[in-house]
This record gives sequence, structure tokens and C-alpha cells, in this order.
Amino acid sequence: MNYHWNWRIFWEPAPNGTGNYLDMLLSGLVLTIETAICAWIIALAFGAVVGVMRTLPSKTASSVGFAYVEFFRNMPLLVQLFIWFFVLPELLPHGSGLWLKQIPNAPFYTAAIGIGLFMSARVAEQTRAGINSLPRGQKLAATALGLTTAQAYRYVLLPMAFRIIMPPLTSEFLSTIKNTSVAITIGLIELTGEARAMQEFSFQVFEAFTGATVLYLLINVVVVIAMRFLERALAVPGYIGGK
Amino acid sequence: MITIGYRDSSIPFSYLDDNQKPIGFAIDICSKIVEAVQKELKLDKLKVELNPVTSSTRIPLLANGTIDLECGSTTNNPDRLKQVWFTNTHFLTATRFVSKKSSKLSSIDDLKGKSVASTSGTTNIKQLTEANAARNLGINIIPAKEHAESFLMVETDRAVGAVLDDILLASFVAGSKTPDAYVISTDAFSKPEPYGIMLRKDDIEFKKVADAATAALYQSGEGQKMYDKWFMQKIPPKGLNLNTPIGPELKHEFAKPSDSPDPDSYKAM
Amino acid sequence: MFASFDFDVIRRSFGYLFLDGMTFTLTLTGLAALGGLIFGTLIALMRLSGFKLLGRIAGLYVDLMRSLPLVLVIFWFYFLVPYIGQWVTGSSRPIQVGAFTSSLVTFIMFEAAYFSEIMRAGIQSISKGQPAAAQALGLTYRQTMRYVVLPQAFRNMLPVLLTQTIVLFQDTSLVYVLSIPDFLGAASKVAQRDGRLVEMYLFAAAVYFIISCLASFGVRRLQARIAFVH
Repeated sequence: MNYHWNWRIFWEPAPNGTGNYLDMLLSGLVLTIETAICAWIIALAFGAVVGVMRTLPSKTASSVGFAYVEFFRNMPLLVQLFIWFFVLPELLPHGSGLWLKQIPNAPFYTAAIGIGLFMSARVAEQTRAGINSLPRGQKLAATALGLTTAQAYRYVLLPMAFRIIMPPLTSEFLSTIKNTSVAITIGLIELTGEARAMQEFSFQVFEAFTGATVLYLLINVVVVIAMRFLERALAVPGYIGGK
Repeated sequence: MITIGYRDSSIPFSYLDDNQKPIGFAIDICSKIVEAVQKELKLDKLKVELNPVTSSTRIPLLANGTIDLECGSTTNNPDRLKQVWFTNTHFLTATRFVSKKSSKLSSIDDLKGKSVASTSGTTNIKQLTEANAARNLGINIIPAKEHAESFLMVETDRAVGAVLDDILLASFVAGSKTPDAYVISTDAFSKPEPYGIMLRKDDIEFKKVADAATAALYQSGEGQKMYDKWFMQKIPPKGLNLNTPIGPELKHEFAKPSDSPDPDSYKAM
Repeated sequence: MFASFDFDVIRRSFGYLFLDGMTFTLTLTGLAALGGLIFGTLIALMRLSGFKLLGRIAGLYVDLMRSLPLVLVIFWFYFLVPYIGQWVTGSSRPIQVGAFTSSLVTFIMFEAAYFSEIMRAGIQSISKGQPAAAQALGLTYRQTMRYVVLPQAFRNMLPVLLTQTIVLFQDTSLVYVLSIPDFLGAASKVAQRDGRLVEMYLFAAAVYFIISCLASFGVRRLQARIAFVH
């Protein structure tokens, strides 16, 4: 392979004046994590609500939930980000559109919200599956105890459902982290973006992408280990994984 | 077979016309190089493939053999010469910024603390990044994939300015819906730097043919004609006329073709 | 609200969007799904083969691909594939691959990791008695897989495989980062040339939405039929 390797490139100063190329990648890593966490909070909140809606007896609630999930699931994430970033501000009245476009860090907020909503459809599906997997007796018993529907969800169904769907939620969280890289198309310089910038400035293509690859693997390992602890701590006795 | 890397929106060097075919000054120059290669190799036919590239992908794609020639608006500089080679210079341009007249920005320092777009992978974004660090401006740099996208960031008020080569800025302004609304800074991030057609490093034979072909083109007066076709006449797809006469430095370079990366080596006649 | 918009730009670029862009997207999706399924099945068989080393390698490959964002993988392969070609063929120069082949290789390699997990689950869903019975009939391992296990695993997993293919269809839009004219790439080239981002991106979103919706509706019907047969 006639490619000139230079692994010391990571310790050479980067043109942005704040340190070397490794610092550049690490700052991208931080932004990746920040974006992923914000997006995940949105995904969990919206996903839980929509997931619950789909299991409610009300026909309207469940069809609204269904439409929501289909809407966010049937468009590529990249296209959704373009809609939020390039299209939405132009459709608003001039003043508010302008305000939206000139928020500092607009790519960050757009990415967090756009990825959050995209992932919320998937969280909703997991939540629904979790609630539906509970024996019908649980809901019936809660009702028999005099709990309202809201109370039954709050105290009985959701605490159970969320503990059951912890493993699939872990992989959805990992997807959220990976999906932040799509935001380089709207100017967010997260880890993949920094690797691309490093490649452009230093011409060391494969070193830059290797650096990013190693960092992504690292986040994955950390998240998987952390979630395994959490899963064990929250496992329901009597269920798989419980004591 | 020879593969040419082209750009989406380096007007008028290499860009897509109404039928999405790449056209432009650099594309015309490259077709001369292809002709010369065909003659050199005594081939009846030389198949030409076209591959789109961006500022970010052009150098790795040339290095890994995906493209053989990059015909666009690539600045020839010593950093890049470590990776690739350039044939004779076909244009000289400095890095400047465009902004809306209404935002009243004239110097680079006026960009302090604002959002500014530039195309990722260009010398422009590098110079902007360096100026930002050296002068402590705190500019929020938005990297765009394509030059057209960088300009659109200004047009849609995403960014107050876009930092690009001034010739590209001039063609975007002229082609915009309201050309009068924009102003290109006199303050520049760089001296006028040379553009060259990029080719693979260490391919001595290929460079010899490309250099001879471009030198012949520029010296024969056909180069001047080709220049006028793209800079002094209406060009597709919108019938825009850039009205940019050839500068004395480039005129001199056309008479004495050079592939030097050094901006100071380009003197007026 | 739409007064200042020019939706005619869509009609003007219709041929380019669909004949070039959508053809690229659908060809890439179809071939990548096929290649990913074949390669993915091989990986699944490696993991279930009982050879420790083979299984470990396959497992590491799947974990690696599933840990990385597709955008990064797209960059990796676009720059790396010619060198791999050079290494494989022993040529003195990197092999010229081209944008389509390079994207195809990328998606086959990436999707194979996801398809292999689906096929693994499919193979494991076949009751142990079946391969045992096949072996008792004198079928070799290869024959057992070819005629007994894989056809059933494939049929059981068909809805999941098709759903993954819809995801793949959406994911191909990411070749946008390389300026390759797939459907979205074509739309964005027109959008940026004419300054018509709103019109083109709304249209692209609608097209992706309709195709994905119809496809997932089809998968749901298929799923209902399979469930009925069982």
C-alpha cells in the first residue's frame, strides 16, 4: 500500500490553535456525547408518551401515536435534519425564522432535537412492546385496586415495562450516539466531523479515521458496561436476568 | 480509461449545467489534457469517466486512484504538493469574504464573534481557522460541503459571511437573486494564490504530458480565447456574464506558464 | 406562505431526480440488500459453526461494524477500497473503483453485520430436531443448511429482513456526504444550484416517506400472512 503513514500526527499542532490533532478529536468526542445525551433525553420523553398512547384504550390516542411513529420512521434521518435546519426557518414568519437561524450553535440544537425526535419513534415502539409484554393481569389488578388509568401506568405498568426493555433501550442509545454523526451535514463538528477536518488539514486520512474509530469503540464499550450494571441493579426478580 | 474529478459548484471552473453535466474553464482545460494523453499513447479512443468530488474528498480520491485528474478550483500550495502534483496555473485568486451590505461588515475583524461559513477541505477554511486563532476572533465557523452551500448560508442569513476564493464569491453574487445586496470584502485572508489542475504525485510521464498540453494551450492564444469564453461571455445555465478580464499576473503566467505554488512568483507583465 | 416558492423546479429536474438519482438509490439498495444477505448469512454460519476462532472473528467483525456510525464507515470505504483492491490483486497501483462500486461495497459490508444478526436469530429459531433428523437421513452439514435450515430461517425472518432493507433504503441517502448523485444527492445539487432548498427537500422527504410507508405496509401484510400460516 503506497500510503505514507504517520501516527505521530495526533501530537502535531492543529491549525485551530487550541492544541494538537488529538485534542481536536477529543473535543469532537465531547460534542458527540453532549449531542447524544440531549437527543436521548428528548427521545425518552417523547418516546415514552407516544408509546403509552399506543397502548391506551382510546382509539384516537392510539392512532395519533401510530401516525407519529410512522411519520418519524419513514424518512431518512438526514432528510429530517435538512427539514429542521434548512426548511423550517423559511416556512416560519420572517422574524421568527431569522431568530431561529441566528441562534448560536444552531446545528447543535437542531441535531439534538432532530435526532431526538427520530429516535423517539423507536423508543415509542420499544415502550409499546414492553407494556404489551406484561401479563394482562397486572393492568386488571391495578384497576381492581381502584387505580385510575394514569395511576396504573405510573405505579404499575411503566416501572415494569421500562425495566423489561432496558436491553433494547441500550442499543437504541448506542444508535443515538452513532446517529449524531449524520449532523455533520448541517455543520455540527462532532467526532466524525473532526476526523474529516483532521484529514483535510493534515492529509493523513487513515490515521484520522482510525482515531475516530477507536474513540467510537471506546464509547460503545463504556456504555455497554454501564448499562449492564444498571440492568442488573434494576432487574425484576422472577424475570430473565432478575434474581 | 481516464477519470476526471469534477465539482458541483466551482463556477465558472467546474460546475453542473442544466442537464447536470460538468462544464467550465477547468473542464475545458482538462479535455485538452485528455486529448494530449490520447495522442501520446497513440490511442484511437480514450474513454473518459466523470466522478464528482468535494473539497474534502478530492485529495484522498486522487491519492487512491479513484480519479486521475481533478479539474476544478484547487489552490496549489506547498502543503498539498507533499500529497499531489499540479500542472500549470490556470487562475489566481485570494481568499475573501462575502456578506450582505445591510450587515455593514468590511474588515476581517468585523466578523468577531459571528457565524461564518466556509467550505470544508478548502484552503479558505484553513486560513479562516488560523486567522480566528491568531487574532482571537471567536468566530463560529460553519463548515459546508459545497461552495454553493457556503454561499446559501449567507443568502439565508444562517451566517453573516462566507469565506471563499474571491472569484467564486463573485460568481455566486452575480448569479444570486439580488446581486446588489452583497459585498465582497477588500480585506483578504491571503495573497492571490494559484489554481492548478491536480494530478497524482510521482507520475512523471503524466505530468510531462499535462504540462506540455496546458503550456501549449496558454501560449497559443487559445488559452486566452478559452478564458474569455468563461469570464467575458454569457455562460450556462443562466446566461450569466462574469465580466472579469484577465489580470496582468495571469496574462504573464499564460505567456510563461508556471506550476509554482508561490504566490509571489506571479508578477504582472 | 408558499407565494415566494417555486415548485416548478421539481418538474424541471424530474428526469434527473428519478432517472439518475432514484435509479442509483434503488439499484444500490437492491444490490446491497442481496450482497448483505449473502455475506451476512455466511457470517451467521461462521458464528454458529462451532469453530471457535472462526466464530470469534465473525463476532468481532459484527461488533465492530455495529459500533461505528455509517457516515464514518462510508468515508473509510470510499478512501480505502482502492487500496484493498490493490492488495487483493497485487497490483502496483490502487485499483480504480468508482463511486457506485465503492458505495456498494460499503453498504454490503456494513449491512452484512446487521443481516447476520437477523439470520443468526432465524437459524437459532429452527428447532434442534430438524438438523438432527436431516443428519439421520444422511445429509451432510452443507446439505442440511442448504435444504433444511436456511430456507426456513429465511422464510421466518423475511419480514425482519425486509424491514431492515427499508432502513437500508433510507440509509443510502448518506452517500450525500460524498456528493454522489443518489436521489437525495441529486435533489440537493438542484436545490443548491437554484437556491431552492425548501422545495427540493420537502419533495425529497415526501418521496422517501411514500416509498417507505408503502413498503412497510407491504411488510406488515406479509407478516400477517406468515403468522396465519404458522
